[in-house]
Amino acid sequence: MLAILDYKAGNQTSVRRALEHLSIPCAVTADIEVMDAASGIVFPGVGAAGQAMTALAQAGLDKALLRAVSKGIPLLGICLGCQILLEESEENNTKTLGVVPGACRRFENKLLQEDGSPAPVPHTGWNSLRVRVESPLLAGLDPAAEFYFVHSYYPDTDPALVIATTVYGREFCSVYGRDGLWAVQFHPEKSGKPGLVLLHNFYNCCLEASHAQ
Amino acid sequence: MLSKRVIPCLDVRNGRLTKGIKFVGNEDIGDPVESARRYYEDGADEIVFYDITASAEARGIFLDVVERVAEQIFIPFSVGGGISTVAQMREVLLAGAEKVSVNSAAVKNPRLISDGAEAFGSQAIVVGMDTLAVTADKNIPSGYEIVVHGGRKHTGLDAVVWAGQCQELGAGELCVNSIDADGTRDGYELILIKAVSQAVSIPVIASGGAGDPVHMYEAVSKGGASAALIASIVHYGRYSIRDCKKYMASQGAKVRLTW
Repeated sequence: MLAILDYKAGNQTSVRRALEHLSIPCAVTADIEVMDAASGIVFPGVGAAGQAMTALAQAGLDKALLRAVSKGIPLLGICLGCQILLEESEENNTKTLGVVPGACRRFENKLLQEDGSPAPVPHTGWNSLRVRVESPLLAGLDPAAEFYFVHSYYPDTDPALVIATTVYGREFCSVYGRDGLWAVQFHPEKSGKPGLVLLHNFYNCCLEASHAQ
Repeated sequence: MLSKRVIPCLDVRNGRLTKGIKFVGNEDIGDPVESARRYYEDGADEIVFYDITASAEARGIFLDVVERVAEQIFIPFSVGGGISTVAQMREVLLAGAEKVSVNSAAVKNPRLISDGAEAFGSQAIVVGMDTLAVTADKNIPSGYEIVVHGGRKHTGLDAVVWAGQCQELGAGELCVNSIDADGTRDGYELILIKAVSQAVSIPVIASGGAGDPVHMYEAVSKGGASAALIASIVHYGRYSIRDCKKYMASQGAKVRLTW
């Protein structure tokens, strides 16, 4: 069973619907015991880093997340979830969870797209990935597949952890991770079939991890 | 590089899909959930639903449509029609929409845009603008006036000026519709689309008049729009969304072709 972390951050319902569509057992939960017993955790999020950190801390979910990661429960961060796994965010100048090295940075103003047209912030819409290293998370995906992004900040992490990048005015990390801990800046739950494939890949990784234990 | 979006628009009346010309003469053309799923499978980048009844009793039926769509469709979709309070915005977002579209109510009460943006983020707030071509004068320098209540009421607001105000208030996107062009299939009002696109930095969705993929390409090239809203061109099966996108790509537009 996958636990979808509920800290009133917006898109947990969309994530639940996508997982249910894939017949993946899941629960939207803020219950630390449910999280501890899950075969994997999806950490979604829409909104601002400061508010999200406050909400997580109030519910004790920040510590629970750190413990789950240290126990090796697979984790998938989505959008804001991807950003606040890092050490700090330029958004509200917030100290964030620090599960992964790096910071979340704001897109510079006046960036231009490849065709010379402006690249206004937020980056909103469909964009593609430049895959840097093979990852089970991206297994079976067409290299031309596009994903749905809505964000003003992007993760800036250890290059060794970068799985894929995206270009919007600048090249930024859009997928990072290592075994058992992944994060995507886009919304797989709103990215059509490629997004559903990615969510299913995460579930497969969770199943393998629980069998291995 | 971002893809230009193709967005089918579904007008819903009493839970059924309907299509009118210049906002009158609506006919029943099917189940909105089924149509939405077909467009999703066919490569729509996003879907827009307008509740064109928007009466109190129809709202419940409409919210049910929104929920059923959210269970089956895994791309962003927005919902509009008669939304005039933050509480109503919350209802449709909770039912599963990513974005809400406000129109007449925002003209009457511009704070609806800023209140909505504050409560849900700018990315969730689309302002729909209905316009009519008028003789340009000092009050309406662009020659396009904002009209409300389905085009029946003039407001004295210049479309380009209003677009800038919407952006200032925190709108995340503008859906710019021409009532003159709506349902004609003669092409978008490109002068209007271009004027608005140049005046704001938020994405502009061209609306009203698409009858051919050529028009859609024009909207994103000459018009500078980020997205083309379409209705009858696909509702009657004249073109598939894939056909439209392939044509746009053949002319050099960046569109999403893998799904």
